[in-house]
Amino acid sequence: MNFWLPLLVLATSLVAALFIFTLPEERHALRGSFNLLAAVVKIALVGWMIIAVANQQTFETRFTLMGDIDFVLRADALSLLFAGLSSLLWLFTTIYAMGYLEGTPQRSRFFGFFSLCVASTMGVSMAGNLFTFLIFFEMLTLSTYPLVVHKGSAEALRAGRTYLFYTIGGGVALLVGIASLHALVGHTEFVETGVLRDVSPDLYPALTAIFVLLIAGLGVKAAIVPLHGWLPAAMVAPAPVSALLHAVAVVKAGAFGVVRVIYNVFGVEFSYQLGVLVPLAAVASFTIIWGSIQALRQSDIKKRLAFSTVSQVSYIILGLSLFGPIGTMGGLVHLLHQGIMKVTLFFCAGIFAETLGITRIRDLNGVGKRMPLTSAAFTIGAFGMIGIPPVAGFISKWYLGWGAMEAGLHWVLGVLLVSSLLNAAYFLPVIYRLWFARPAPEWPDEQIPAGRFETNPWLLLPTVITAAFSLGAGVFAAAAWSPLSWAELIAVREYLS
Amino acid sequence: MTTDFWFACIGAVLIAMALFTFIRHTHLLRRILAFNIMGSGVFLILVGLAQHQRQTDPVPQALVLTGIVVAVAATALALIIFRRFYQLSGRTELDEDQQ
Amino acid sequence: MNLIPLLLVIPLAWALLSLLLPRLPIGLLALAGIVLQLGTAAMLWNNVQVHGASSYAIGDWVAPLGITLVADGLTVTLLAMTALIAVVCAFYAIFYLRAYEKERRYFWPLFWFLLAALNGIWLAGDLFNLYVGLELLTLSAVGMVTLSGERHALAAGLRYLYAALLGSLAYLLGVALLYGAYGTLDLGQLSSLLDANLMTQLALALMTFGLLMKTAVFPLHSWLPPAHGGALAPVSAILSALVVKSSFYILARLWMDAGDALMPVSAAQLLGTLGALAIIWGGWQAFRQSEIKMLVAYSTVAQLGYLMLLFPLAIGQSQQSAVLAWQGTMLHLLSHGFAKAAMFLAVGTLVLAVGKKRVVDMAGISAKMPLALFAFGLASISIMGLPPSGGFNAKWLLMQSAIQSGQWHWVAVLLVGSLITASYVFRVFSVSFQKDADPQIRSTHPALDLSALLLAAIAIALGFAAAIPVELLTLPEDML
Repeated sequence: MNFWLPLLVLATSLVAALFIFTLPEERHALRGSFNLLAAVVKIALVGWMIIAVANQQTFETRFTLMGDIDFVLRADALSLLFAGLSSLLWLFTTIYAMGYLEGTPQRSRFFGFFSLCVASTMGVSMAGNLFTFLIFFEMLTLSTYPLVVHKGSAEALRAGRTYLFYTIGGGVALLVGIASLHALVGHTEFVETGVLRDVSPDLYPALTAIFVLLIAGLGVKAAIVPLHGWLPAAMVAPAPVSALLHAVAVVKAGAFGVVRVIYNVFGVEFSYQLGVLVPLAAVASFTIIWGSIQALRQSDIKKRLAFSTVSQVSYIILGLSLFGPIGTMGGLVHLLHQGIMKVTLFFCAGIFAETLGITRIRDLNGVGKRMPLTSAAFTIGAFGMIGIPPVAGFISKWYLGWGAMEAGLHWVLGVLLVSSLLNAAYFLPVIYRLWFARPAPEWPDEQIPAGRFETNPWLLLPTVITAAFSLGAGVFAAAAWSPLSWAELIAVREYLS
Repeated sequence: MTTDFWFACIGAVLIAMALFTFIRHTHLLRRILAFNIMGSGVFLILVGLAQHQRQTDPVPQALVLTGIVVAVAATALALIIFRRFYQLSGRTELDEDQQ
Repeated sequence: MNLIPLLLVIPLAWALLSLLLPRLPIGLLALAGIVLQLGTAAMLWNNVQVHGASSYAIGDWVAPLGITLVADGLTVTLLAMTALIAVVCAFYAIFYLRAYEKERRYFWPLFWFLLAALNGIWLAGDLFNLYVGLELLTLSAVGMVTLSGERHALAAGLRYLYAALLGSLAYLLGVALLYGAYGTLDLGQLSSLLDANLMTQLALALMTFGLLMKTAVFPLHSWLPPAHGGALAPVSAILSALVVKSSFYILARLWMDAGDALMPVSAAQLLGTLGALAIIWGGWQAFRQSEIKMLVAYSTVAQLGYLMLLFPLAIGQSQQSAVLAWQGTMLHLLSHGFAKAAMFLAVGTLVLAVGKKRVVDMAGISAKMPLALFAFGLASISIMGLPPSGGFNAKWLLMQSAIQSGQWHWVAVLLVGSLITASYVFRVFSVSFQKDADPQIRSTHPALDLSALLLAAIAIALGFAAAIPVELLTLPEDML
């Protein structure tokens, strides 16, 4: 069973994808129920593995691909952090997408590729070596393209081209990095505390170059400036795609890859010794500030959220590059926290657009009275992004700041402070408009009238739940099953073994 | 200088002449002829060179026999396609600008 | 019982049968025959895996006068690939040719002669039989290109025939020189006899030129796109997937068996450079084509370039690097075979359904023909060399070989090739997703989609099961 479980987890969404592809377009009910069933089964399986891994069990699927290359899927504490996030959000996003796409054509294609993306994300999270990681990383690129261009408009096709240009370019850099590493070391297994500690110092320059290549390849998906250009362009995709994929799965796959490279390939102590962590922290800091400034300049809600993503994902990278367990915890926990919070925000943006036709910030005046629950959810997400307690984002920033002190990088505190102020500067006016500004006489394009619920309940329900999670992850951070505790478990295993 | 070696030398000359025609001329029929002459040159070398180096040898004779069959078949195919092409287009050469 | 002769007897018997008795249900008979051949190839594969290489002397006449057939790991792999691709193409052709009543009459005999030629080439153990195989292959392939009897098809066929005949003669001249010098044509014997003198090198150079011509390696490729792009879909699939590979196979055997010690390293680098130019030029031309089948045909020109990287990566380099290059090249040959056949079949279905040939005519097709497009997509993954696919694993092996021998310029070629490929493949997808277009399509038989999907799935599956063929593909000198 321990051999098959990772494969089974992967298969739940893969089978769902293939089944959905073969369904005729008009079988909406069957498609929906199968999709939700697969999502629930996946959550159950991942939950089972989380409990088992907490009790020191391991799950590994391994077989030889060719020669000295193995295909490895392994569930360890770190992979379950990401797998848990994706499987949980897959369920909510699927519910949301079913409401969002009601009555539009091409839903078979959409849900098929959507499930395929989730399968790729699960593969990324459970990959046990860089080769397997690359397989799923590229699969993610390919399966997201049809979703980016889903609308088929000229703008969407253009965005699709930009998206491919960046991601395939990144994939090439990653491939060269992995192939060189393989040629140098003979394998690319992920091992706690890394595999490179004992290499001869003659190889340090080559290893530094490989590190740069790997981070550059991963950085495209993680939207590190200046490799972030695809992310704002891809916002043309439907809201559930922006929510799950661009705010969570794709960028997190990049960030998660950085975790793997630093902690399980190079080893954090070796990376520190190699002197690559501080430059990475600097790049991440620059991205944080630059993304926030760009977000401030946007008038479109989704664009502002997109640049906010650019900035927030680099918090994760920043935390990882702070040498010491506290910074690691901050980075890892933000991987989860940012995911939940940003999904909430994108859900809200989608609801605003679908219900009232609002895509620009200036039209949000007074929406709070019309749609109190959605506006509340947006407010919670935004507070989290700014780092206001007790929302989850506060916990992340607290640990990041603490980690920076431990690592002796005091300037990082300044970065955190400035970025928090910028976050406040671009989110607080939105919140002000929602609740306190006088509404315009008529909404831009009201689609769904206010009935028993303020909007389609399929859209509202997942939004409220993820908002509640964002709050809960902050309030109950000290509980045994909080994301923070899980991040602590990983950090302890990484530094003490 | 044996006769066999002469055969081989003449073969080389034939090949050179035919190759020149094959490259120089675009008329499809001339190219078919050139191909046949080139083939004969190769056969001469095949038999001549082998018998020049060693004694009389049945293997190259057998090979040339097979080679002639192949060349006849190829010529027939080329002729029939050319004839049909000529009937349809009225042209005796391929339009080079065609993709 | 020795299975080797069956692989020649079956196709030849079926060829005669379908030529002489056209009133029989030829398509179904063909399917039965090809399944039989697939079974034979599978059994032979198993034999070789268990007992090692085997050989068969026709009529018990041994070399040099007799004909010896050899089945080793590489041979059985190629035989199995041929049978597998042929079975799917035959299945596809049964349904596809319903729209081509006139062409159907001669398709099947030519199909079988072509298979006989291919099997003969994979199994041949001496240089002259390779020549006969090549000629039979050329004649039946040209026949298939000209099936429609239309002007453009005839022109393409003639261009193809002339190029191939010139190539054959160059090859035969090389064979004549080698026989003159060494008195044998058996590959195994030759590899121990050859020594580096001007005559041998001239012979090898002539044979190489001829084979390059037949493989359509840049800059000798100009005959390929009209022939492959203009033929019927199942014909294009077989031509691109199998026929051009046969001459490369001979080239590779020649160089790895005999040429590695005789030819200067610079010659190997030159071949690699031609490959690199093919990758870039073919990719660029594919990007520029307005007809979708021509796009796929130029993609073949580019993909053949990857095969040429075998020479610089294997010759004059370490044993380890050579093994990796050999495995990578042969895996590329396999995956490209499956993927390109799938691509041509999928594109053939699209063109049949839409009734137009240009890329822009495929606007909005993703809504109408999702399965054909999906097959095209899966095949493109392998063609682009993205994981998980056989194409990716092949590229990985080639890259490892290049890195280990310190030849970073070939790494760059591999990467640039992937990027160019992605750009022309996604041109098709971009068009297919267009919203406003509402193409009028003719309904096509689902078997057409199924065939393309099956081949594409095999190309993807090679990403996970590459170990199976790769283990059989040790260097030829270790086997003979």
